[in-house]
Amino acid sequence: MTEVLDTAGAIGRPIKRKEDAKLLHGRTNWTDNIQLPGTLHMALVRSPMAHARLTKVDVSGALAQPNVVAAYSAAELGDLNANVLCVWPVTDDTVMPPFPALATDKVRHVGDVVACVLATDAASAVDALDAVEVEYEPIPAVVSMEAAIADGSPLVHDEAARNTSYVYDLGGGFDEAAAKADVVVKRRFVNQRLMPSFMEPRAVVAAPMGMSDEITLWSSTQIPHVLRVVLALSTGISEQNLRVVAPDVGGGFGGKLQMYREEILVLQLARKLGRPVKWTETRSENMVATHHGRDQIQDIEIAATKDGTFLGLKVTLLADMGAYLGIITTGTPLLGMFMYPGIYKMDAYEFRCTGVFTNKTQTDAYRGAGRPEATFAIERIVDELAAELGMEPMELRKKNWIRNDEFPYTTIAGLTYDTGNYEAATEKALAMFDYDGLRAEQKARRESGDPVQLGIGISTFTEMCGLAPSRTLGALKYAAGGWEHCTIRLLPTGKVELVTGTSPHGQGHETAWSQIASSILGIPVEDIEVIHGDTGRAPYGMDTYGSRSLAVGGQAIKMAADRLVENARVIAAHQLECAPADLEFVEGTFHVRGDAEKAMPLAALAWQAFSSHNLPPGVEPMLSGEATVDPEDFSYPHGTHLAAMEVDTETGKVRLRKYVCVDDVGVQVNPMIVEGQVHGGLAQGIGQALYEGVEYDEDGNLLTASLADYLIPSAADLPSFDTSTTMTPSSTHPLGTKGVGEAGAIASTPAIINGIVDALRPLGVTDVLMPASPQNVWRAIQSARGESA
Amino acid sequence: MHHHISVMVDGTRYEAEVEPRTLLVHWLRNHLGKVGTVVGCDTSNCGACTVLLDGRSVKSCSVLAVQADGCEVTTIQGLSTGDDWHPVQAAFKECHGLQCGYCTPGMVMATVDLLSENPNPSEHEIREGLEGNLCRCTGYHNIVKSVAHAAELMGGTK
Repeated sequence: MTEVLDTAGAIGRPIKRKEDAKLLHGRTNWTDNIQLPGTLHMALVRSPMAHARLTKVDVSGALAQPNVVAAYSAAELGDLNANVLCVWPVTDDTVMPPFPALATDKVRHVGDVVACVLATDAASAVDALDAVEVEYEPIPAVVSMEAAIADGSPLVHDEAARNTSYVYDLGGGFDEAAAKADVVVKRRFVNQRLMPSFMEPRAVVAAPMGMSDEITLWSSTQIPHVLRVVLALSTGISEQNLRVVAPDVGGGFGGKLQMYREEILVLQLARKLGRPVKWTETRSENMVATHHGRDQIQDIEIAATKDGTFLGLKVTLLADMGAYLGIITTGTPLLGMFMYPGIYKMDAYEFRCTGVFTNKTQTDAYRGAGRPEATFAIERIVDELAAELGMEPMELRKKNWIRNDEFPYTTIAGLTYDTGNYEAATEKALAMFDYDGLRAEQKARRESGDPVQLGIGISTFTEMCGLAPSRTLGALKYAAGGWEHCTIRLLPTGKVELVTGTSPHGQGHETAWSQIASSILGIPVEDIEVIHGDTGRAPYGMDTYGSRSLAVGGQAIKMAADRLVENARVIAAHQLECAPADLEFVEGTFHVRGDAEKAMPLAALAWQAFSSHNLPPGVEPMLSGEATVDPEDFSYPHGTHLAAMEVDTETGKVRLRKYVCVDDVGVQVNPMIVEGQVHGGLAQGIGQALYEGVEYDEDGNLLTASLADYLIPSAADLPSFDTSTTMTPSSTHPLGTKGVGEAGAIASTPAIINGIVDALRPLGVTDVLMPASPQNVWRAIQSARGESA
Repeated sequence: MHHHISVMVDGTRYEAEVEPRTLLVHWLRNHLGKVGTVVGCDTSNCGACTVLLDGRSVKSCSVLAVQADGCEVTTIQGLSTGDDWHPVQAAFKECHGLQCGYCTPGMVMATVDLLSENPNPSEHEIREGLEGNLCRCTGYHNIVKSVAHAAELMGGTK
């Protein structure tokens, strides 16, 4: 048994990031920086129509343009026109239509890809797009989900009988619960479509390497390991010959958790033409080509007694898949399925989700992936129930939440929450917020009829982190597992290489993983190099998404470091002429118990293991530790978020005056990084509540097609945040940590909207559409007043 | 049809023939290899490509290379040399003002300009001053702290 020591002090310290020196000096390796000799640049002909039959695609004109080397339609690409794969058939009868890299018979959304042109420079490739002749025979576009599932709707996929990919059911018993209830509150919420909007547009380069059959694909992706597998499956390329590298990646938020058609095209054309091929997304392309997120219509009902005890919950979702199924388009809404009951106890839960095809860009994971939608619905309906019962909304929550002494607690959705202390987080948040003071101000403003009303928004949330126990994924029909890998190599000079299967794109893994290894090995953080994001250098991994990297990958790091220490112990015992059990390992050095003179540091053992002059019998040279860990269960971070919202009842203008949150993410490896993750999540969640929303017109044209139209918040749009934490260690993680990557994005959206509705409740407002723009808020006020908006 | 330009970039003079339509950012990245400066959008909204042109911040995607003729350009790669740190770079590290780092070159260069105009800005002035530079990772909280800290390091006195 290894003594796990924190003597290096590395875990829990807000140390500055190792990543920053190169990022702050411009010494970065974004995929678009890669310029290989002989590169062909790819540009794509994208459909201007949402739904049309392709009657002609003729690329011959493009071939006559300057510097153009090749151009292809689907017909000319032939067998190389491989499909994007959806790896999650959620039911036995999930409809999964083909998703070819180049559209064949029809185009199904604005931005669908019809042809590709390759030229010796990027500008020439773009110039030649106009010379590709395409004829479209328009078909009425299927835009709204409700129209899509109505009888007689045009079909997005002709081979499917309806515009439905699947219907998924879970639980039951709501009617019985409702029969016993004094109150049933029912609402329809719209969780609008969003764009992930990472700052680095996607880019892909593929190059056949001269010395072997290897082909290397660099992509701005979150998932190099998963991508290698699905590209091999889809294209037929031999997996051992494909190396996938995620160089520096500028944000992802789920948007780069995908197998993209552009990756297929670049790979296939580099193979076919035998030279490097490159594609870089423009921001305008990004907005039609990179998957979108959210987009659900949520019908939710809660049944309760008149004293406020929750009895049951019923959730009926329409989830927009868009035109095609990406890698986990189907499963994304179902990742939220287990989270609708939130932190509350109840006796019945009934869930149904219908996945709907429309003529819009595909949806898939976006920060939180299903859990923000679930948290929004439950936290909103709890406020509505409180209003219906005339109860204080925080008191209603306290009455129903899982108490600290009830963990581990198995919820009505079937999950077992490991640990939590909702009381402590809430108490701290209320104090930081001056909850009572703001309630008093709210009362005064209501009584004086102030045109600017004050609302207090509450969100007491939890989420599931650490995708995922493989057996759970299997039970949900997801094709792959959820394990993670780490190898730690002690180099001859006492330095360390830590090879991880996680694939960071802003999260600071190089720093945090070094801290974990340092705390166990007693080797300084700066002497540890973290290797990631390259199937050639870090061959095993399941990558980074779903707040899984520390939650799952952290377990592998801990176990690999422990194993390295155990392997070193045998050599140390041999050298110090004692039994392994007589050694204790303190701050990187083995000491013989009871003999202060006899000691050997790990760094010295590194050279012994390398030189191999005096190893014990049967012990092989070199020192390393390896672990592949499949997590036993999820962990459940939680927190209490409070927003003070000022709403101008005459103009609909909203001001976020104060935002307080207390998150509990268990043990923190680096509190500075934790706080940064919360800040970024808050901005995205607040962005959904106040600013962001993808809009299409009735013909399926994208109206929010540039960053001038799709408003991601700027510095001027946000306040500073008052954040804090409580610390309830996870019982499912050997380091006691939970995930933090998505907490802010999950919790903040309902806090903001609850605050706005709270401000307007005396006017009769019970909901505000997101984003809560002045126009949407004003309309809600007008509608409540019975005036036409 | 090419135009001759002569531009000082990060302390080195470059003479080049460029197409009139070539954007400054593309010339920097594709011809000079100054890939520390990046492109985040095509509508001048994001500010990731911000550089200094004769000491003032510009979005290099909305400047033609020919417009830089006779000018001095400073990119993130010319702000400090070797292992040196400009106070703005140091402040961003100290205050965790970056995560993925993609908006960072533009954010840092915009900050250098902001502080040269206003050596000790208020939080409100910082937020307004950086409105043209988008970040999706940090929620701006620590960027604002970084800028205030940089002002301190540079001797702002207000």
